[in-house]
Amino acid sequence: MAAIEVHNLCKRYGKVTALDHLSFTVEKGELFGLIGPDGAGKTTLFRLLATLLNPDEGSATVEGFDIVGDYREIREIVGYMPGRFSLYQDLSVEENLDFFAALFGTRVADAYELIEPVYKQIEPFKTRRAGKLSGGMKQKLALSCALIHRPKVLFLDEPTTGVDAVSRSEFWDMLSDLKQRGITILVSTPYMDEASRCDRVALCNEGRILTIDTPCHIVENFDKRLYAVSGDNMFTLLNVSRAVSGVVECYPFGSAHHIVADAAFNENEFIAQATLAGVRNVDVYPAEPTIEDVFINLMKQ
Amino acid sequence: MKKQHNFLSFVKKETLHILRDVRTMMIVLLIPVVLMILFGFAISTEVNNLNIAVVAPTRTDGVRQSIERLANNPYFTFVGYINDEQIDPMLRSAKADAVVVFDSDYERLMAMRAEGMDTKPVMQFIFDASNTNVASAGAAYLQNVMTTDHSSQQLFEMHLLYNPQMKSAYNFVPGIMGLIFILICAMMTSVSIVREKEMGTMEVLLVSPVRPIKIILAKMIPYFVISCINLTTILLIARYILDVPMSGGVGSIIFLSLLYLLLALALGLLVSVISSSQVMALLLSAMVMMLPMMMLSGMVFPLENLPKVLSPLPYIVPARWYIEAIRKVMIMGLPLTAVLKEISILCLMTVVLLGVSLKKFNDKLE
Repeated sequence: MAAIEVHNLCKRYGKVTALDHLSFTVEKGELFGLIGPDGAGKTTLFRLLATLLNPDEGSATVEGFDIVGDYREIREIVGYMPGRFSLYQDLSVEENLDFFAALFGTRVADAYELIEPVYKQIEPFKTRRAGKLSGGMKQKLALSCALIHRPKVLFLDEPTTGVDAVSRSEFWDMLSDLKQRGITILVSTPYMDEASRCDRVALCNEGRILTIDTPCHIVENFDKRLYAVSGDNMFTLLNVSRAVSGVVECYPFGSAHHIVADAAFNENEFIAQATLAGVRNVDVYPAEPTIEDVFINLMKQ
Repeated sequence: MKKQHNFLSFVKKETLHILRDVRTMMIVLLIPVVLMILFGFAISTEVNNLNIAVVAPTRTDGVRQSIERLANNPYFTFVGYINDEQIDPMLRSAKADAVVVFDSDYERLMAMRAEGMDTKPVMQFIFDASNTNVASAGAAYLQNVMTTDHSSQQLFEMHLLYNPQMKSAYNFVPGIMGLIFILICAMMTSVSIVREKEMGTMEVLLVSPVRPIKIILAKMIPYFVISCINLTTILLIARYILDVPMSGGVGSIIFLSLLYLLLALALGLLVSVISSSQVMALLLSAMVMMLPMMMLSGMVFPLENLPKVLSPLPYIVPARWYIEAIRKVMIMGLPLTAVLKEISILCLMTVVLLGVSLKKFNDKLE
């Protein structure tokens, strides 16, 4: 039995289809990432799995319990951290933790060794009001609260959104730790660069899953020629590139543009054409594909 | 045992929320005091310190006796004798609220009256009626004082029972109690429950083994306690500052009030179940509950004056029954057995409201 099984799950809000026949499986002890932009349906999926919403079609189970029929059982064994900071801002760190322990009928001391790696970083501020914590500290407190009852499955909806780069990296380290202890983690993020920290990821967009695989396989399976181009007028370069023969796709990517090319593409010819259009210092070199490249190309198909 | 520990933690958390919000807490605790003082002294419709000037062309013994009685009355102040031309300026400058004009032939006309003869009026009251409440109440009372004359034959006798001085405190104290408890129990609890929905904390609460209804009940306890504090303040101010008699016994008043508090909490629960945002909860409480309650509870306007079409409405306003019962017990001094009808209606309303809101309560997001 897998930790999470989703079959043909469908959820509509009026005419808008938030989830369009979604199916996937998360194994026990897996760190599974849902990667996709805003509006991909990630939050809806979390709310369905956390038994806050009922699906319109399809079914899903968490640890073998059905999300509709056995929702009370599910609520005992999952830890849920919504996308928005959902603790009590006017209560202190300690009071929040105590309250959530009481909510699950346990005490902070009983779960202390589990939450310690997370909690010890905010423990010096335990008398501070939660609303006065920094973004990173808030997430750590929310994670501590979600862990207080030793859940078997963790649902983390965009835990790193609005958190600085260092805290984000620390947060993923903590998730790896928790995975070691056998907790199944389903986590969503809009940041493509975080995908590599997951065991497997599902790339999703507009309520559909584009692909599911390990981050490595996803990148390896990208079978097109990819180039990075740059020049002194990036905007003109972007427009020019799209007209050059052999260019299938050109999109801004960090400080350069990425070009997906077919067999007709020739580097020298590209430089000549770009220079002709008035772009100087044109540079073209083959690039390593990333998850984002895969995502952009899957989305355009 | 464990469950009880749970429940206490919820109550503690809710109490912390309230204690942390010092401003709101102060407002909640001070509102009753302010309202009581305001209605008790500033917005009073009773006759108090009315300045009376007198026009008396002949100052015979009979006239002097009448003026003596006027001057000795605690509710009137005799400001002095004036002549006809001064009447208008005195009233306009607000130096006098009313003028009593004696006929120049007062003594003789009174004597004729005493013999049963029909004469022209012997005395005239001229009132500043820019404040109609003060004028009408004052005129009635002034007439009462000036005509309890041995020599005058009265055609009928009037007794105002339970509230002979027409003190407005007797009227508004039950009204304020009806209002305050709805304000605190219904409005504050519903807003605090809906705040959890709005802040997203309800999402986390729902994904836990605890039945949300338990959390909501825990939420109500601190507000119930605050309301009890308010009840004490109101009763103390009413008894010792406004001299309301409490003749039906404090125990009965407290019993009725506790019943009403439960009703208000049930009402708040219903509002919180229906509304999805704090603004909506506030509007629902203010527009749908408070306003009709003030209009239809008999607190401000006599229900008898209501147009026929609207006359069934007051029957569904909880405050109306509470205020009526409190009036009977507090002012008229009736025992609880005399308000059994009101008590059973309040009980019924509480049960219905609780039933509806529990049925409507949803432990999912939609």
